[in-house]
Amino acid sequence: MSSQEIPEENLPAEQGDAHGAVKVADEKNPFADPGLPPHEHRIQDIDERAAKRSERTVALLFTVSMLATIAFIAAYVAIPVDKAIYVWPIGHISALNFALGMTLGLALFCIGAGAVHWARTLMSDVEVADERHPIETSPEVRAQVHADFRAGAAESVIGRRKLIRNTMLGALAMVPLAGVVLLRDLGPLPGTSLRHTTWAKGKKLVNMNTMEPLRPSDVAVGSLTFAMPDGLDEHQHDFQKNIAKDALMIVRIQPDDIKDKRELEWSHEGIVAFSKICTHVGCPISLYEQQTHHVLCPCHQSTFDLADGGRVIFGPAGHALPQLRITVGEDGYLEAVSDFAEPVGPAFWERG
Amino acid sequence: MKKLSARRRHPLAALVVLLIALAATGGLYTAFAPADQAVADETAQTLTIEEGKKLYAVGCASCHGTGGQGTTDGPPLTGVGAAAVDFQVGTGRMPAQQPGAQVPKKKVIYSQAQIDQLAAYIASLGAGPEIPTENAYNPEGADIAEGGELFRTNCAQCHNFTGKGGALSEGKYAPTLEGVDPKHIYEAMQTGPQNMPSFPDTTLSEENKKDIIAYLEAVNGDDTVEPGGLSLGGLGPVSEGLFGWVFGLGTLIAVAVWVTARTAKAKKS
Repeated sequence: MSSQEIPEENLPAEQGDAHGAVKVADEKNPFADPGLPPHEHRIQDIDERAAKRSERTVALLFTVSMLATIAFIAAYVAIPVDKAIYVWPIGHISALNFALGMTLGLALFCIGAGAVHWARTLMSDVEVADERHPIETSPEVRAQVHADFRAGAAESVIGRRKLIRNTMLGALAMVPLAGVVLLRDLGPLPGTSLRHTTWAKGKKLVNMNTMEPLRPSDVAVGSLTFAMPDGLDEHQHDFQKNIAKDALMIVRIQPDDIKDKRELEWSHEGIVAFSKICTHVGCPISLYEQQTHHVLCPCHQSTFDLADGGRVIFGPAGHALPQLRITVGEDGYLEAVSDFAEPVGPAFWERG
Repeated sequence: MKKLSARRRHPLAALVVLLIALAATGGLYTAFAPADQAVADETAQTLTIEEGKKLYAVGCASCHGTGGQGTTDGPPLTGVGAAAVDFQVGTGRMPAQQPGAQVPKKKVIYSQAQIDQLAAYIASLGAGPEIPTENAYNPEGADIAEGGELFRTNCAQCHNFTGKGGALSEGKYAPTLEGVDPKHIYEAMQTGPQNMPSFPDTTLSEENKKDIIAYLEAVNGDDTVEPGGLSLGGLGPVSEGLFGWVFGLGTLIAVAVWVTARTAKAKKS
């Protein structure tokens, strides 16, 4: 590194100007300590008028901040929530949002700017050196502490009364168990609920748009419909818990295009019902491409082939998409033959 | 106007008004007369189909086959219906310029009359969804909130929450719905163009479709106001986070550098 590249403040100061401890080189420390560079004064340190000016600037910034806060409150009270204005270059924006953001931003910025200006021009700027010293305590103190500890141990008779010592250790070891037991309140174990859904024999498939049961004739080739089991109600307290596992994607594929034999068997004239829950981490998937019959997960791009038993053809998912076996009931509506044959959604430890 | 107003009390004024009214009624009657409509309609229909067939032979047959039976380059068109033709040709997607993952929207090259003729010809090949009347897709008075719920259930997975579009697999994508004619939105739901699944009236009723169109008009129309100002593409946390990190943090660093780069000392070195 040439000397030109060294920043000026890192260069040694001239001996005469330096203040603070200056040590000359000796045998132990071959490099002389240059000490601190000379302290230079700011204009505010020399000229009282400049200092006054700085004071007024800082006060002005703080005053502007106060006014901006008042403007914030005024804007909150005065501007209707649905008023829109045009602001270049942002475009159309809610007047209230814009006013609140600008005034609060100004209020906070002025506090910061005032503080910075205050610190730079008026607070003391004298460089202070703090010498390092060893962290180790002196040998006398350490000896004293050791002696005190041994004396305390002897006085407590812990070494002689073994029964007290052992029961105390036992008590201290047992106490944390109280906290561990409370973890039971995290809820009952899931049991077999991860393996089952609301679907069961004879449950009708209800269209989630119209809330009407689906007939086979409603489902056209190339269409996409979402269904849930009959009897599920949005107002039930466990609706979200159930729909998170029950949600179905209903598509109709030309029976000749279905490559998987079991899929065809479980369909009704090409109408197939697949779980809408990705087998990777459980995102709802329904980015269905009707020409390729691929379903894409928006979270991690797992792709499933609905014409081939929901097989994973791309991405991190570990299992094929579960298919629900369906048929047509006596009253002409689509219904489930049974629950899903395998757990829906992401894999879990005991799934096997 | 002044002259007219001055003569409104003339004895013959009433007669003149009566004559004008009679002429207007007669004219309107001739214009809308149902006389011989059945015959006229049938001939007009046949003529339209003939014209459509000619247009089809020139513009479409090379890919979709001479009778709409489809080839290796294009799917069969029997039973796709007039709505599909109106959408594909009316948004400029058809005729396609080149094969690829997806046929993009481009300049429309046929006039609406020609599109109607093509649609009539394709509709004559097999029954399919018809071109909706304005009544069907006019979103006036529709339930925007319901439309939002339906949009999020059925459409948002590909087209994003406010219809800004998104990527699909292997170069395919869901296009943005900004500035799309309500008629074309309706037809797309009805017919399922390209890789989009269809949402027929049996599963997504006409009323539902209207709600969805009203929702799109509210969140992604010309008069839509973004309460937050810059929507940054409306794509969610990725573009917003990028903006925050680059411009928000960048400004803070720039200010910090500016503050410390200037010395407060009286003697500038």
